[in-house]
Amino acid sequence: MTANRRVVITGMGSISPLGLDVKSLWDGLLSGRSGIGLITRFDTTDFATKIAGEVKDFDPEKWINKREVRQMDRFIHFAVAAADEALKNADLTIGDDIAEKVGTLVGVGLGGLETIENTKMVLEEKGPRRISPYFIPGIISNLAPGQISIRYNAKGPSITTTTACSSASHALGDALNWIRSGIVDVMIAGGAESTISPLGIGGFNALKALSTRNDSPETASRPFDRDRDGFIMSEGAGILILEELEFAKKRGARIYAELTGYGATADANHITSPAPDGAGAIRCMQMAVRSAGINVEDIQYINAHGTSTPINDPLETLAIKGAFGDHAKKLAVSSTKSATGHLLGATGAIEAIATVKAIECQIAPPTLNLDNPEEGCDLDYVPKTPREMKIDNAISNSLGFGGTNATITISKFKD
Amino acid sequence: MEIENKVREIVCQQLDVGAEQIKMETSFVDDLGADSLAVVELVLALEEAFDIEIPDEDTETLSTFKDVVTYINSKTSN
Repeated sequence: MTANRRVVITGMGSISPLGLDVKSLWDGLLSGRSGIGLITRFDTTDFATKIAGEVKDFDPEKWINKREVRQMDRFIHFAVAAADEALKNADLTIGDDIAEKVGTLVGVGLGGLETIENTKMVLEEKGPRRISPYFIPGIISNLAPGQISIRYNAKGPSITTTTACSSASHALGDALNWIRSGIVDVMIAGGAESTISPLGIGGFNALKALSTRNDSPETASRPFDRDRDGFIMSEGAGILILEELEFAKKRGARIYAELTGYGATADANHITSPAPDGAGAIRCMQMAVRSAGINVEDIQYINAHGTSTPINDPLETLAIKGAFGDHAKKLAVSSTKSATGHLLGATGAIEAIATVKAIECQIAPPTLNLDNPEEGCDLDYVPKTPREMKIDNAISNSLGFGGTNATITISKFKD
Repeated sequence: MEIENKVREIVCQQLDVGAEQIKMETSFVDDLGADSLAVVELVLALEEAFDIEIPDEDTETLSTFKDVVTYINSKTSN
């Protein structure tokens, strides 16, 4: 019985550099708008990278009362705001009758970095007695799902996945398994991140992972292009409402798509570099497709990890070819990071939302700034303009530091 | 009176309440919805504003607005 439980997506919410809801995210992707600009959150004078995908005009007091706003880091504000949109979009109110069957699972890569930095300054300047009692509950990653559970009465499992750039994809895949297992009927799942801070930018600069195309922020994220020079750090949150099919039907929920598969593997190779043969990513994609009960030929669209780093894009291309064989040439493969930048622990959720919208609208969003494909990057990356096409099944890839890979499969819902 | 006004201002700011909600007998926890963490933070703000140190054992005795005003008066007059 539980092995056959199907899981559908009934609500979505997002806060991203393209705007404060799913509509602005999707409209932005289709119109080829970039969310990247100069960093305003701190003085970047001494930093190699001065650009990022900041969330603009975000007032947390629209979702959280003033007193509580001060008690949490920005990534939790984003998580609460995205969850609010997703629950409203799903028209789901969590009464006591279903509360224990609703879980929260939000991926977070780093937690409240900015608050940690600011509190360290308090410690240095004023001493340990001045550390706020809200410091720890304000920065720990699991307070993203924790705050959502408290605010919306979700009493099922409340969990965080912390797997770097794969955090949100692991969250969605693990959430799928929680529902498939029969333990819960609904999961509020996704990712949240806010690390555009001196330590965040400085730390990734030390790894030489970020673009330094400071004079042209909007063209800096250029996945698969030969002139790419690193990823663009972004911030935000994406939350999806996942429901067991019968549960969703019974309450008359609108169904956007079905979450059909999940793959998760490790490269077992290096702390930051993906394995040169792409074997971990290949197995991950194949596992996600197999888990959906379909064949690789049934996939039409891939929302790639496509970070715009020198190392990722050719390797991911190689891995797609390895996983899909001859069918790889027929796939539409795009990186929406070309518009949003890389939201780290939230990125898999933003990209899952883009993939759901792609299936709902039957449109593949484009890869911006792809002027001259890198040697070996010879797939169909849907350059520059969106494409109307038939999409029954799609996958979304996330490949994280530590060699941790996660792929989810999303399919058009067919009763 | 000056101390009372300053304390009221800090309580309003920390607990996000209006000045009219604060009477002498108003309890932070029972009347203004503060939890134990909010009380700790309020004490931190008072320490900073009045440049005093409030030991944990004293914090436990500060449950109403009047408690705090009386306490700070005694601390600052010493």
